[in-house]
Amino acid sequence: MKKLLSGNEAIARGAWEGGVHFGAAYPGTPSTEILENLSKYDDVLTEWSTNEKVALEVALGATFGGARALVAQKHVGLNVAADPLFSASYIGVTGGFVIVTADDPGMHSSQNEQDNRHYARAAKLAMFEPSDSQEAKEFTRIAFDLSEEYDTPVLIRMTTRTSHSKSLVELGDRKEVEVKGYQRDFHKRNLLPANARKRHVFVEERMKKLEEFSNNFEYNRIEWGNRDIGIIASGVAYQYAKEAIPGASFLKISFSYPLPFKKIEEFIKGVKKIIVVEENDPIMETEIKARFPEAEIHGKDMIPMINELNPRIVKEALGVVGKPDDVDLGEIPPRPPALCPGCPHTGIFYILNQLKVTVTGDIGCYTLGALPPLNAMDTCVDMGASISNAHGLDMALRVIKGEKKRIVGIIGDSTFFHSGITSLIDLVYNKGVSTVIILDNRITAMTGHQENPGSGKNIKGEPTKEIDIEAIVRASGVEDVITIDPFDLKLAKRVINDAIHKEEPSVIIAKRPCALLYRKIKWKPLKVVPDKCVGCKICIRLGCPAISFRDKKAVIEPFLCTSCQLCKDVCPIDGAIVPDDSMEGLMIRDLWDLEKEMKKNKEEK
Amino acid sequence: MDTKTIIICGVGGQGILLASDVLSDVLLEAGYDVKKSEVHGMSQRGGDVISTVRYGKKVYSPIVGEDEADMILAFEKLEALRNLRLLKRDGKVMINDFRWDPLPVATGTLEYPEDIAERVSKKTKNYKVVNATKVAEELGNIRVANIYLLGVLAKEMDVKREIWEDVIKRRVPQKAVDVNLKAFAVGFEG
Repeated sequence: MKKLLSGNEAIARGAWEGGVHFGAAYPGTPSTEILENLSKYDDVLTEWSTNEKVALEVALGATFGGARALVAQKHVGLNVAADPLFSASYIGVTGGFVIVTADDPGMHSSQNEQDNRHYARAAKLAMFEPSDSQEAKEFTRIAFDLSEEYDTPVLIRMTTRTSHSKSLVELGDRKEVEVKGYQRDFHKRNLLPANARKRHVFVEERMKKLEEFSNNFEYNRIEWGNRDIGIIASGVAYQYAKEAIPGASFLKISFSYPLPFKKIEEFIKGVKKIIVVEENDPIMETEIKARFPEAEIHGKDMIPMINELNPRIVKEALGVVGKPDDVDLGEIPPRPPALCPGCPHTGIFYILNQLKVTVTGDIGCYTLGALPPLNAMDTCVDMGASISNAHGLDMALRVIKGEKKRIVGIIGDSTFFHSGITSLIDLVYNKGVSTVIILDNRITAMTGHQENPGSGKNIKGEPTKEIDIEAIVRASGVEDVITIDPFDLKLAKRVINDAIHKEEPSVIIAKRPCALLYRKIKWKPLKVVPDKCVGCKICIRLGCPAISFRDKKAVIEPFLCTSCQLCKDVCPIDGAIVPDDSMEGLMIRDLWDLEKEMKKNKEEK
Repeated sequence: MDTKTIIICGVGGQGILLASDVLSDVLLEAGYDVKKSEVHGMSQRGGDVISTVRYGKKVYSPIVGEDEADMILAFEKLEALRNLRLLKRDGKVMINDFRWDPLPVATGTLEYPEDIAERVSKKTKNYKVVNATKVAEELGNIRVANIYLLGVLAKEMDVKREIWEDVIKRRVPQKAVDVNLKAFAVGFEG
């Protein structure tokens, strides 16, 4: 049976068919749907881990017990997991171990454009590069057997386009594999230097054997065509090149580390010149040039290194077509993403903007607080950096330079669990005095609503222990801790202002569920009374997508407004923004209190 | 046949991904190889959304670059303009006459272009403006706007009407089948 699957769905399917027992991940675009889909198979145990390092270690632990395990993360997630990744290479596997990295050429939703194919070489691991969903499924399935046969964790490198595009997949059955169970193997799994030295010898031997596998792997294939040009390509770049110049000879690389040098040699001998078509870094190009210095090999002298490729770019680079016609379409206003109507983060950024403090930011929906008109975030580096950056900046300015400037770090609930906790402990331990605001919207929102340790539910939506952020903060040594409702602007402003003037570290937890958690509710919107609106534009500064400014008055879109009422609160004119009584529905502002009350009643019963 | 490319674009929340799912199913049932690509993540927060659907005997790339798409179906008119660079010279564009201000316009920083049709005509004369909101309101269900727009698209394509209707019946909620089929018919026959 054939089905249209995204690359991420196909990875989950391939893992299932390959007999996977366990899967772990921390969400991150474009990798998130891999675990989401794997969790739907009843015969696979899955978890959202607190971060990628934890996920990789948990999965490695499962392989110690002889289970087949998969972890998936975005490219920068693998940086977080890099430490155990390198150790896992030496340890090898008992149950098959597959590690998916989903890279983001073009940076659709990432902070950099790193090419994680470098990890295969650096950590000395096998790597597959699927070019469509069918291959994503097949290679994942094959990877589990390969992993056990060669005693190696196996990397599968996806990109945004292979992860998020759908193509036809031939479905297969699950191969039932028994969990082997645990047997102590001190020399293999305990990387004391004496053991690790021996394991390194094994790793180098393994890489030679894997190169032989690569040479014989049927999906590393030569497609002879016109012998004037030989294209070597991997991943989705193969598809682009195939479309750009279908008549050329191709060496399609599907298993890209170690490279199949015997096949490459055969290919080089069969064509006049080689063009390596790869996205981002010249990884294959560099290796092939080093091995065959006499051959005419092109790559990044023709193919751009920056941004993702597409068929048009490859056609132009190969000289198949010229530049596109220059049609002047005039200025087109951009449509940047924005915090949603009813977002509990909006008010906090509005206040931070008013207070003109320096804000170190973090990764999540709330990164959008950096954009106009809120403009309330100075830095965004990586998961957890808000707190450590705030502390370092505070050390430089307050302690070393003697300035009075105060820093606020801002981080989400899931990101706090991911890697904010260690930073907070560092800040307290080293006598920092910065203020940390934890935006607790009860979910991992940006990646599409995954449960996290604070949400009280696991990946399957089953109830589990809800980890108490406030208790963690107190246990980290912060004495000045308060939990507030971010819709209470007056209180929030007072609390933030107090906190940044104290000579001790402080944490403010702004707690309210993400507005999108209430998806099916019909809202009773607010409306602007045109006669009363003076056109001061103060409400516009909230950056709410439901409010626009037309003909010198504010206008509220009824189909977008959720009645968080922040605009009503910041409006200086009494009665200029009022509930639209012609519409039936609930108001988002009332819901959280209602929920808490219901929960309390339930507990009392 | 050569691979054909249809771009469906608009604003996050307009039902673009459902529309492109329906389109992909229709093309599969019509016997084509199909690839579909979209970008998730940031785009869901009120940003622009684009879904690329490609079909033919054998499809390689899931996306296209400049001057490569055959048709654009725009759920919002500014988004038609934004994606026009992807359209082939004199390719077809179907524009929903619906304005959704992006934030820089809402805040009064930038102007929403008033001459979109005129600008579109610089690249192609082959464009059509429809009003999905009006049609959906007349049918009494604002949510059928996207299926109406698919009807408009279907009229320009060479796939049997029954296939479209079968897929729509499968994809939309049971109780809304009739109104969605009506919306499709208005688009297809209009």
